[in-house]
Amino acid sequence: MIRISTIDIVRTSLGGTGKLLPVAILITCAFAAFWLFPYDLGFLTQMLIMMVFVVSFDLILGYAGVATLGHAAMYGCGAYAAGLFAIHASPDPLLGLAVGAVIGALIAFFSGLLLMRAHGLSLLMLSIAITMVLQEIASKARDVTGGADGLTGISMTPILGVFEFDFIGKTAFWYAFSVLFIILVVLRVLVASPFGLALRGIKDSPSRMRAIGTPVYWRKVTAYVIGGTIAGIAGALSAQITSLVSVEAFNFALSADVMVMLILGGAGRLYGALIGTLVFMTVRHVAASIDPFNWLFVIGFMLLAVVFFLPDGLISLPRRVAGMIGARK
Amino acid sequence: MAETLLELENVVAGYGETHILRNLSLKVVQGERLAIIGRNGVGKTTTLNTVMGLTRQHSGTIRLKGQPIDRLPPHKRSRLGLGLVPQTRDIFPSLTVEENLQAGVRNGASIEEAYDLFPRLKERRRNGGRQLSGGEQQMLAVARTLMGKPDIILLDEPLEGLAPVICERLVAVFQELSRRGHTIVLVEQHTAIALDFAERVIIIEQGGIVFEGAASELKSNKELLDRHVGIAAPHH
Repeated sequence: MIRISTIDIVRTSLGGTGKLLPVAILITCAFAAFWLFPYDLGFLTQMLIMMVFVVSFDLILGYAGVATLGHAAMYGCGAYAAGLFAIHASPDPLLGLAVGAVIGALIAFFSGLLLMRAHGLSLLMLSIAITMVLQEIASKARDVTGGADGLTGISMTPILGVFEFDFIGKTAFWYAFSVLFIILVVLRVLVASPFGLALRGIKDSPSRMRAIGTPVYWRKVTAYVIGGTIAGIAGALSAQITSLVSVEAFNFALSADVMVMLILGGAGRLYGALIGTLVFMTVRHVAASIDPFNWLFVIGFMLLAVVFFLPDGLISLPRRVAGMIGARK
Repeated sequence: MAETLLELENVVAGYGETHILRNLSLKVVQGERLAIIGRNGVGKTTTLNTVMGLTRQHSGTIRLKGQPIDRLPPHKRSRLGLGLVPQTRDIFPSLTVEENLQAGVRNGASIEEAYDLFPRLKERRRNGGRQLSGGEQQMLAVARTLMGKPDIILLDEPLEGLAPVICERLVAVFQELSRRGHTIVLVEQHTAIALDFAERVIIIEQGGIVFEGAASELKSNKELLDRHVGIAAPHH
């Protein structure tokens, strides 16, 4: 009885049986990838971590319409916090994730208080500046962060005291997938809530949302903090799984990649973030192995094609194809 | 004597350093139907936007239920009981009709009540904002404002560009809202409709009030109408 009630609650929150289909596809894909690519689990895990990161940015850009180029700030801080916590306090992975989340949230809150007052180009520049300052701090504080050499010596205990991190990366894969899955469920409920509705309204018309009684600034700060929390979790995951945190975690290119992945897949849809990350990382992996110097051409052309022909991202492709077939009939 | 709900005292407001309203003073009392008319560009929309906090107020005082609201941001003014239906309608295009309404819900307002007033919106509840006709958008803009349970509804040219049959339907809804006790301020270019609807009328010219009186008085004064509004209001 309890089991049925729980399923019903989740189903209602997710918006009905039809909305559960992507979740089922996601789980199927995870199992398929696990069995089909047993020697690429490391790469697949990196992809899952990046999906957590990109989906966090979707809440900010895709739903609230806030375009920043400094999302790596929260990711990097989450990574360093989890790494330092594992080395100096506790090597428990879940505690480390919580620490990454809190630090990501704090950085997002304090930077968000400033950033969410800015718009357009100023917002982009400020977000880049904050990330650069953090990167410089991480680079200079050698005694704490390891500086340019990175933070090493991170070693984790088994997850829940049971699942030990193995050499092949099986545990890491399912750990990352479980975190992604839980975050997706939480975000699905969040974006369907009045808060999610307010964010979409703010994206469409901030002035109108203000006029109907919504405190736009604080809603944006809240979205930024939630996105920052999840980005912090992504950073913590990366630190725990790779046992290394580099100053590259704050790299501008990482923030730019996250934006490209989201636009490729389709912003404001959650699952678009997953598709974009999957396609971007796969293409980069394959193209870079074929031509290590010119692989960016492929990504560039792909992005151009999507922006021109599928402005709503790759996730809109089935609907677009169905529409074209329908028009021909 | 009915209670004064909204009061503007020597308000100077505009865009940037440009002053559109020049020492404008007016009162809106509980339950009344007030129309603000005037030629294009005289400051009618600016008056409503200034009350709502969407336009820069340089000086003067605005009071709502006796409390100064000059320094409050728009969302706080909305929560205190002001509801603006903007000229541009500003429907959220990516939200469905029902989501547009949900986005405006405050203090336990009922979406079903909005559907009772506008059955057409119930039929279109699953349609996206960008799929609506002009009339449907205006209905949605009014209904969404009602979701904030406003004490005063500020209507900024709600009939602009709409077919006569839709205009009649909307005016009937405004009358119904007035019967239910809402205070309504209507800015309207259709002078005849505004004079038929309102009890009291204000004519604005160059950011100040040049006439304030009963609608019936203005209806019979064609010379005044012609001088300040440009056209004499036709009789029905």
